[in-house]
Amino acid sequence: MLGEGIIKGMLETAKNFAGSYVSKERLTTVQYPEEREALPEASRNFPILIYDGPEWEAGLRCVACQICEKECPPKCILIEKSADKKPDAVGKPQFYPTRFDIDIAVCMSCQICVEVCPFEAIKMDKEFELATDDRFGGLLHDRHQLAKSNEYYHQIHPVEAAEVDARLAEERAAAAAKSKAAAEAAAAKAAAAKAGAEKPAPPAGGGA
Amino acid sequence: MSGMNVPATIDQIFILFTDWVAHFFPAAIRPIVGVVLGVIGIISVFPGLFALTTVFERKGLGRMQNRYGPNRVGPFGFFQPVADGIKALTKEDVVPFRADGVLHFLAPVVLLAAVFMGFAILPVGRNMVLVDMDAGLLFFFAMGASTELSVFMAGWSSRNKYSLLGAMRAVAQMISYEIPLLLSSVVVIMVAGTLSLPKIVEAQAGYTGIWPHWYVFTPWGLAAFLMFGIAATSETNRSPFDLPEGESELVAGYFTEYSGFKFAIFFIAEYLAMFSMSGIATTLFLGGWSAPLSFLNVLPSWFWFFSKVMCFIFIFIWVRGTLPRLRQDQLMNFAWKFVLPFTLLDLFVTALWRFMGEGWARWIVCSAILIAAYVAMGRVGMFRKNFAHRRYRYAE
Repeated sequence: MLGEGIIKGMLETAKNFAGSYVSKERLTTVQYPEEREALPEASRNFPILIYDGPEWEAGLRCVACQICEKECPPKCILIEKSADKKPDAVGKPQFYPTRFDIDIAVCMSCQICVEVCPFEAIKMDKEFELATDDRFGGLLHDRHQLAKSNEYYHQIHPVEAAEVDARLAEERAAAAAKSKAAAEAAAAKAAAAKAGAEKPAPPAGGGA
Repeated sequence: MSGMNVPATIDQIFILFTDWVAHFFPAAIRPIVGVVLGVIGIISVFPGLFALTTVFERKGLGRMQNRYGPNRVGPFGFFQPVADGIKALTKEDVVPFRADGVLHFLAPVVLLAAVFMGFAILPVGRNMVLVDMDAGLLFFFAMGASTELSVFMAGWSSRNKYSLLGAMRAVAQMISYEIPLLLSSVVVIMVAGTLSLPKIVEAQAGYTGIWPHWYVFTPWGLAAFLMFGIAATSETNRSPFDLPEGESELVAGYFTEYSGFKFAIFFIAEYLAMFSMSGIATTLFLGGWSAPLSFLNVLPSWFWFFSKVMCFIFIFIWVRGTLPRLRQDQLMNFAWKFVLPFTLLDLFVTALWRFMGEGWARWIVCSAILIAAYVAMGRVGMFRKNFAHRRYRYAE
């Protein structure tokens, strides 16, 4: 009959109208600044630099190899390599960035820097409230602003961070084993050389 | 005074207040003071209601779409109209370079004036009518028709194709629906025998038991009421008849080229027209300021009038939240092929009702004619539309 569809439609909207006061499930709106939904783990925004240990400057994993700077498609990374070397987290002397700037106004969040980094030093952040009224300095993040602890990384990407930690631990163990083997080999060699040298020469005292 | 009824002091509080203020003035200018106070009342109450309605509309529409609606400004977002008003007042008033400046300026002014005139004859409570005109209804429709002029002024003077298209649509639509609007109110005049709105209200003010004698509770009254509602929705350019300002088609229709407070005036005028249409519908069919059940007379008459108007407004919002916009040809077909014949038939049925005299026979005969006509017209209308299953042809 004429008007049947209108009545059906009116009932539907009436149901919505009344239902939205009764059931919370109908209102899917997240009222953003007060209410927030947890971001999915894979979400990403802009790169950050990870450091180990409590000191951000000492613990930076970055060794200023500048691969990310070269790979960055929009060229938003600027790195200045140090002249000297500092011991890194495992005590190995490494170069370090005296300057590491990312212009997040230019960055396109492609994550290529993360993919190419051999040292797991640069990762993607989830922080998205980066709006600022200073469009030059405010959007140019220096290495202090970019430095984030490994704990923070665990917080934002737990699964990925665990994988990275395992890989790093493995690499470090391998490196330690290798250096140990090398040291042993060197020691053995030295010992052999010493032994070879010992034959003609009279035995020398233990130490040096 | 019986205990059942509201004390006259509360029912007539606005009249008493006006008289009290007027008695400070010399007797010669007392009537003028009374009128001025009445006008002040109208131009403060109805725009106030408009402000409230905008919030309720946005919140209500939101709820119908399972959203919150505005809830940021003030408690529950109720100060939203204040923010909107400040925004409208502080915005730049842009007049197009090639526009007809005078007409462009006059259009919103004339529109608002014409819309406000409609309230002059509206009985908002017992004895509460600004001008008790013998031909009040005629005056109302004359004023309602003159809004078309300013709509076309706005569209024509803007020198914009969207404005002009919107204005032409608006005029075509308003003229088409003016006729059913008038014809559906003629039935009330036929039965009440008067064009004076207070007298029409008084004619419906009686009760049988607790039930009121409203015209909407008669077969011809219900039919006329529904047709009046359709025509009123169209006259006020409300959804689903909002073609003249269809955002997705014409930017904003005839007020595309208006900004700042002139735009706000168009907006106010649209809502005020809604209020006056609701007021007239209430007066003609829902017994004006009379209480819906006899024992509800404990509340003052003006309370009932405004409650009924707000119910109408809610239905307007509800319809807007439900129905999609019509196409221009559907709009015209609906007006000329359904609403108009039905109101004409209703005129005949009302005459029959008038001359069949008291008794149950006229209820049965009139209802049967109207229901049969409704069903038949629906059948015919739907039959002509070939609602066959749509066949899709895909590229191989």
